[in-house]
Amino acid sequence: MGAKYFGAAVRRVEDPRYLRGEARYVDDIKLPGMVHAAFLRSPHAHARITRIDTTRAAAMPGVARVFTFADLARFMKPLPLFGAPPPGLAARVSFTMRQTTQYGLCKDVARYVGEIVAMAVADSRYRAEDAVDAIEVGWEPLPAVVDMVTASEPGSPLMYADWPDNVAVGFTHAIGDADAAFTAADVVVRERFRVQRYVGMPIEPRGVVATYERRDGTLTTWNSTQVAHWVQQGLAAALEMPPHKIRVIAPDVGGGFGTKAAGYAEDALIPIAAIVLGRPVKWAEDRREHMMAAAHARHQVHDIALAARRDGTILAVRDRVWLDVGAYNSWGIVLPYNTVAHLLGPYRIRNLHVAFKAVVTNKTPNAPYRGAGRPEAVFAMDRAVDCLARRMGLDPAEIRRRNYLRGDELPWDLGMPYRDGNPLVYDSGDFRAGLEAALRAARYDEFRRAQPALRERGIYRGIGLSGYVEGTAIGPYESASVRLDLAGRVVVVTGACSSGQGHETSFAQVAADVLSVPLEWVTVIGGDTSAVPFGVGTFASRSAVTAGSSIHDAATALREKIIRAAATLLEAAPADIAIEDGRVLVRGAPASAVPLARVVQASIPTFAGPGVASPDFEATAYHHVPTVTWASAVHVAQVEVDPETGVVALLAYLVAHDCGKVINPPIVDGQVHGGVAQGVGGALYEEMVYDEGGQLLTGSLMDYLLPTAMELPPIETVHLEHPSARNPLGIKGVGEGGAISPPAAIANAIEDALAPLGVRITETPVTPARLLALIGAKKTA
Amino acid sequence: MTHRTVRLHVNGREYERTVEVRKTLADLLREDLDLTGTHLGCEHGVCGACTVLLDGAPARACLMLAVQADGARLLTVEGLADGERLHPLQEAFWTHHGLQCGYCTPGILLTAKAFLDEHPRPTRAEIREMLAGNPSVAAPAISSSSMRS
Ligand code: FES
Repeated sequence: MGAKYFGAAVRRVEDPRYLRGEARYVDDIKLPGMVHAAFLRSPHAHARITRIDTTRAAAMPGVARVFTFADLARFMKPLPLFGAPPPGLAARVSFTMRQTTQYGLCKDVARYVGEIVAMAVADSRYRAEDAVDAIEVGWEPLPAVVDMVTASEPGSPLMYADWPDNVAVGFTHAIGDADAAFTAADVVVRERFRVQRYVGMPIEPRGVVATYERRDGTLTTWNSTQVAHWVQQGLAAALEMPPHKIRVIAPDVGGGFGTKAAGYAEDALIPIAAIVLGRPVKWAEDRREHMMAAAHARHQVHDIALAARRDGTILAVRDRVWLDVGAYNSWGIVLPYNTVAHLLGPYRIRNLHVAFKAVVTNKTPNAPYRGAGRPEAVFAMDRAVDCLARRMGLDPAEIRRRNYLRGDELPWDLGMPYRDGNPLVYDSGDFRAGLEAALRAARYDEFRRAQPALRERGIYRGIGLSGYVEGTAIGPYESASVRLDLAGRVVVVTGACSSGQGHETSFAQVAADVLSVPLEWVTVIGGDTSAVPFGVGTFASRSAVTAGSSIHDAATALREKIIRAAATLLEAAPADIAIEDGRVLVRGAPASAVPLARVVQASIPTFAGPGVASPDFEATAYHHVPTVTWASAVHVAQVEVDPETGVVALLAYLVAHDCGKVINPPIVDGQVHGGVAQGVGGALYEEMVYDEGGQLLTGSLMDYLLPTAMELPPIETVHLEHPSARNPLGIKGVGEGGAISPPAAIANAIEDALAPLGVRITETPVTPARLLALIGAKKTA
Repeated sequence: MTHRTVRLHVNGREYERTVEVRKTLADLLREDLDLTGTHLGCEHGVCGACTVLLDGAPARACLMLAVQADGARLLTVEGLADGERLHPLQEAFWTHHGLQCGYCTPGILLTAKAFLDEHPRPTRAEIREMLAGNPSVAAPAISSSSMRS
């Protein structure tokens, strides 16, 4: 295969429809006779429903029906649960895991503000909301469980009466001998770090449209999801229908970030309403609902300790971790173990002991969001390393230099399983070289030289580092079929669903190179369960690797079929056939060239005969990836802090990263930039705030601050390329990485800026109010 | 009493529709005129996805009632290109990878158009300030797309 497109900065093929306003998102779908749903959601954090009266609501003008749990009891199946430990992991770590059932509509007890209590359907969204307002509910409030640390202790009110405590996932995990290493250490630092609850916040909220055809028993549903096949499986179980009767389409999706990779009540409720009413039904989530009902994320507390030798060598890590999963533990061990598996990152550390408690509380359920447990691990670790450096009088760059793994030390076996149960072995990379590249590109030494003079002038500038090593592209597979049409044009279908990251371009680049056709000949279709029977979806930085590999395999098999047919057509040996720019020819005989279309057409049976080959110009692959591929990066943040106001300005941000081979550089840069933007939000602005009664205080984008171009610095990227041998393309995932390190890098930079004051940052977001309080405490101390 | 007739020019075409007085301008555009390029991200005036040009000035279509736009001339994203030919801003966003999922793109394009109509030679700082009304993961690239257009 010639690499004509792979690695090239081609313009995205999907862009014109976006730019013209012609993209089609779920809320743009309009069907004849369509009605609109709105939800009554619990205003209480924890309360028992004593009575629901929908009479008045149901009688309102334009209202088709109002549904409660009792009305839809025959459809009420438990929502999907994920995250049981795979065998390889369960064999090594013993988890206590409890998961409880959540139904699409609340049955008796509401456990978070935003949980769905009833659904009203009317001829307009306005009237559906009027009906929601007219539903009467009797509530008996119950004690709210809010703080994750106290909730994990004996004596806390219980979320579930049949549980002994509120711990949904508990385990300890050790490698090496941390106790011995701590005893032998010269220096020990410990600190408690908190990572707040913050979320993906796609600008397109969620949405579902469904229509049911009784004549052939088929359900078609459009869903703003990253995981069309998961939604299909969930519906097949909930509706007791065969999967092929359920078509799930993820049309244009306006951002996903993991928020749209969870299983939601609305995924089933809208199809159920469509079946019961016999009419198409639409629900478009509004932002207010999204804040309280779309999955939340992050939110951990770490009590971390590092043990080191006098020379700065880090010997061991001990960590106690709490994770607030919200009211329902739908994701099992996924987030807890992701955090543990990414704690040691680029550091050469052989001893680890972690005790983990994932705790249920009366909050919106958590789900993986861009980084999924990694930003929290990296925040705890990289903040602790800076504390250690400060204690030892070492520069943060120098302590990392002494402890980062070098390329010649890889593959590096951590001696523990990854989350998929396979051995956790860093396959490729050079973390130390990445650090040096980042320091050079950020002109770290220059910054350090300039810093003292600035401080004398009262200018508090700081520089902060954070690095991570990320298991990307979790398996086990993604599906892809590649086929030719009658004109020799190429159709690629895959289970991977785009949420805006440019699949139609990147995947076309892979297929066009394998088949040696012009890029414009390739159409990529994702997010439609009718196009390919099995699939997984897009999350965990997986689609380029998993779908890309399947597209590569399928296109390679299709190429073989084309060559065999062309050999017969051109009366040559298959080995002598070449494909060039959409034409087949006998090598060395340019006059023999015919367009691909001719090969297809000559293969189709005619009255005269069966054709030169079977016209089966289609191949399907389910490339199995052995385990994750390890991407890595070092981030460098430069900040200026105004000690009078506590305002932090980001001056510059640099990412030196390795995602193996790059398919399309601007798309990769865009992924890094977007991740950094969300990480900056986590570092400085964003937080889902609850009061002590479990009431959500951040109910709008006025209360929940997202960064804009104003707050974002120029972001520079340095691409380091250490290809992975774990897939045929040599690539690694890049979707999440940008979001992992900014909280740690920025907090480290702020602490560095304020080093003369001795302020210690233990919590994000570092808001002006928080920072002023820290500065004030130091000044009065 | 709860319905009114509104007349407006959108992208050079005249429309007349009878709508509920509580209907937002965004919903009128999307539901009654089938102009679904105007997107709703928050419906409370923060995200900017619904931005249209109302008599040449950017306006949040989610914060206006349709009846308030009676008699106005509107430009929505569908009216930016000249038939097959993209507007130079659309070309620039395409060339410089100034978008990802495309959801906030229409609002940003219209905000940028109004801005560039008034500031034909803006500075980078002015561009960033202009974009302060649109949180977006594509923001870093957008500021450079607008710069180069
Ligand atoms: S939808 Fe109008 S500003 Fe967000």
